[in-house]
Amino acid sequence: MAELYQTQRAMRNMRRAALQRGVIGILDIGTSKIACLVLKFDGTGTFRETDGVGPMAGQANFRVIGAASTRSRGMRRGEIETMAETERAIRTVVTAAQKLAGVRVDHVIACLSGGRPASYGLAGEIVLESGKVGEHDVASVLAACDAPDFGRGREVLHAQPVNFAVDNRSGLADPRDHVGNKLACDMHVLTVDGDMLGNLVQCIRRCDLELAGIASASYASARASLVEDEQELGAACIDFGGGGTSVSIFVKKHMIFSDHVQIGGALVTQDIAQGLRVPLPMAERLKTLNGGVEATGRDDRDMIEVGGDTGDWEADRRLVSRADVIGVMRPRIEEILENVRQVLDAAGFDFMPSQQIVLTGGGSQIPGLDGLAARILGPNIRCGRPLRIDGLAHQLTDPSFSSAVGLALFAAHPQDEWWDFEMPAEAYPARSLRRAYRWFRNNW
Amino acid sequence: MPDVIDHRPRPRADAPSSPRIKRDPAPSRLKYRLERMWLTPLYRRLLRVGVPAFLIAMTAGLWLSDEDRRATLTGGVTALIDKVQSREEFQVRMMTVEGASPVVDKALRAMLPVDLPASSFDIDLPALRLQVMQLDAIESIDLRVKPGGILSAVVTEREPALLWRHARGIEILDEGGHRVAGVTSREVRPDLPLIAGDGADLASAEALELIDAAGPILPRLRGLVRRGERRWDVVLNHGQRIMLPEDGAVIALEAAIALDRAQDMLGRDVTTVDLRDPSRPVLRLGIDARNTIRQARGKPLLGPDGNILEDEKKGG
Repeated sequence: MAELYQTQRAMRNMRRAALQRGVIGILDIGTSKIACLVLKFDGTGTFRETDGVGPMAGQANFRVIGAASTRSRGMRRGEIETMAETERAIRTVVTAAQKLAGVRVDHVIACLSGGRPASYGLAGEIVLESGKVGEHDVASVLAACDAPDFGRGREVLHAQPVNFAVDNRSGLADPRDHVGNKLACDMHVLTVDGDMLGNLVQCIRRCDLELAGIASASYASARASLVEDEQELGAACIDFGGGGTSVSIFVKKHMIFSDHVQIGGALVTQDIAQGLRVPLPMAERLKTLNGGVEATGRDDRDMIEVGGDTGDWEADRRLVSRADVIGVMRPRIEEILENVRQVLDAAGFDFMPSQQIVLTGGGSQIPGLDGLAARILGPNIRCGRPLRIDGLAHQLTDPSFSSAVGLALFAAHPQDEWWDFEMPAEAYPARSLRRAYRWFRNNW
Repeated sequence: MPDVIDHRPRPRADAPSSPRIKRDPAPSRLKYRLERMWLTPLYRRLLRVGVPAFLIAMTAGLWLSDEDRRATLTGGVTALIDKVQSREEFQVRMMTVEGASPVVDKALRAMLPVDLPASSFDIDLPALRLQVMQLDAIESIDLRVKPGGILSAVVTEREPALLWRHARGIEILDEGGHRVAGVTSREVRPDLPLIAGDGADLASAEALELIDAAGPILPRLRGLVRRGERRWDVVLNHGQRIMLPEDGAVIALEAAIALDRAQDMLGRDVTTVDLRDPSRPVLRLGIDARNTIRQARGKPLLGPDGNILEDEKKGG
């Protein structure tokens, strides 16, 4: 894990350098669209109380000075399929956002939605020799977590300490200076496929950008769309994306579980195209303009022209009713929701203290989705929009941008990860002089 | 109605159902890099300010590197300046002098550094004014170029008030003690009172007050003498002299005049009235008066030099 420690540390330093410069880019690479926000940071919090916006949950030390989004290319199921195409898309969106911002973006924070994420809950425990929890004890207990075999080619994306316990006092957010004999911690680790991560990094590198951080898309969208109480009391965030649906569960302001269902809006579009025999752009248009999940009597009479350029008059003058579109869409959406139900069951969401579920992502804009989801997932459903951040244009505040907004929050206030703590002395190589220094400092 | 109905599809005007496939523009790598470079502040400043400034400087430098061109440029500029300055509107044709005596008027005209008509740019009025103020006879001068090409000089001359005789000659002073002119002899200005002595010009105001106060004895007044740069002596004819104190000289002089009126003091044989100590006036008698007294007392007489004469009868 030492190598991971180094790379993540390097990214943190890059992020700090970017904050010092004041400009950082947010790159949300999704399956259906790529969004880029350019954030301007000021250390002092000058951007406060502008146009009636309050402190905004402490997220007010930055503002968006440039934002752009474009159709995604070369992506499939949240993963990069054609590197060159994705690179072109990144170039397009970064150019547009830079132009709007008027500054050059050198550091970006990206998110990865696919890559078969797997989350693990780890536990570690150490005996406190000094009878008191010190800085180095926190690092040692994190290092003492017994990591299972993640599998070949898996990379750790997040490793967040969720809970600390000293003796029998559990639920501590910050155990430092507590008196006790035993320190235990729970850590949530999210691993993704290393090759997918490598592809993403490579794509960003080829656009002359430095990667200053990387986050899971489900984590980012949950941070943007769950309000503070929901994060504290426990809630699940379901992000309906183009290439897949990601699920993340938060409690006590920490993500404790994340998973990904590989059915998304792209598959719905494909179903419409196959079922109604229309081209894919037309199917996308039908889905977004006329889609729904609850058919009514009026929808039978609501005829939509589906054109075509086949040259066949009969085929080109076809009309489909809105009920047809809904009839194609609904089974697929039910399937998505049932898969999400399975994921939540596997995660033990039923045993959570709060059963709140928040739907976000572009797919959550389907009319009637919350009603259908309430029937399958549970009664406490709401459609979430991302948190309002300063300077973001109105057309970029709809749910499909929640992971981009979440990444902005992640850039401003990252939660503690395992690599933010000092590496325990035992993990250092024997030659290190620093080890001796630390030993001196800890013992005297 | 045509016989054959054309059922072939034709493009419809409204065409709502065929969604236009949007153009998918992506910048090439080169364009992307150039755009990022353009957004770099250093490059931006360099290209926006540095390059134009360098081009302008280089063009100007190249053009000016030739001697002939430089000469042409400076010549052109000078010619332009000349042309503007020698315009009809800036010409000064004549000089008017007001309030000056003929001598001063002549001196003023001689002081003008250029020959009229000249451009008003060539006449440096402040310098000319400073030069004119060097003349003692002039108290102040107002020089200006009036519309119509007239150089007007309004002169206030100093008023002669006193004559001051000192070791190097005789000078006319104004009321403030400033030199107005030199004269060769007292007879040039018999109307002015005479003062003498070192530092007399510095106390000219007091001298004037004394002369004003000397009303009844004015016909007898020869002049005032400054003593030790401290106090005044009033010198009358017949060798009489009134010594005035340092402070309250006018009051002392008035006291002496009052004595004169009451007892005809100055008509007697008194050589000096010493009023230096106002509480104790002292008279110094003349030789005749003292001889009269001595004769009455039966003492030997005094000679004109103040020594006791040897008795001719005894000595003879």
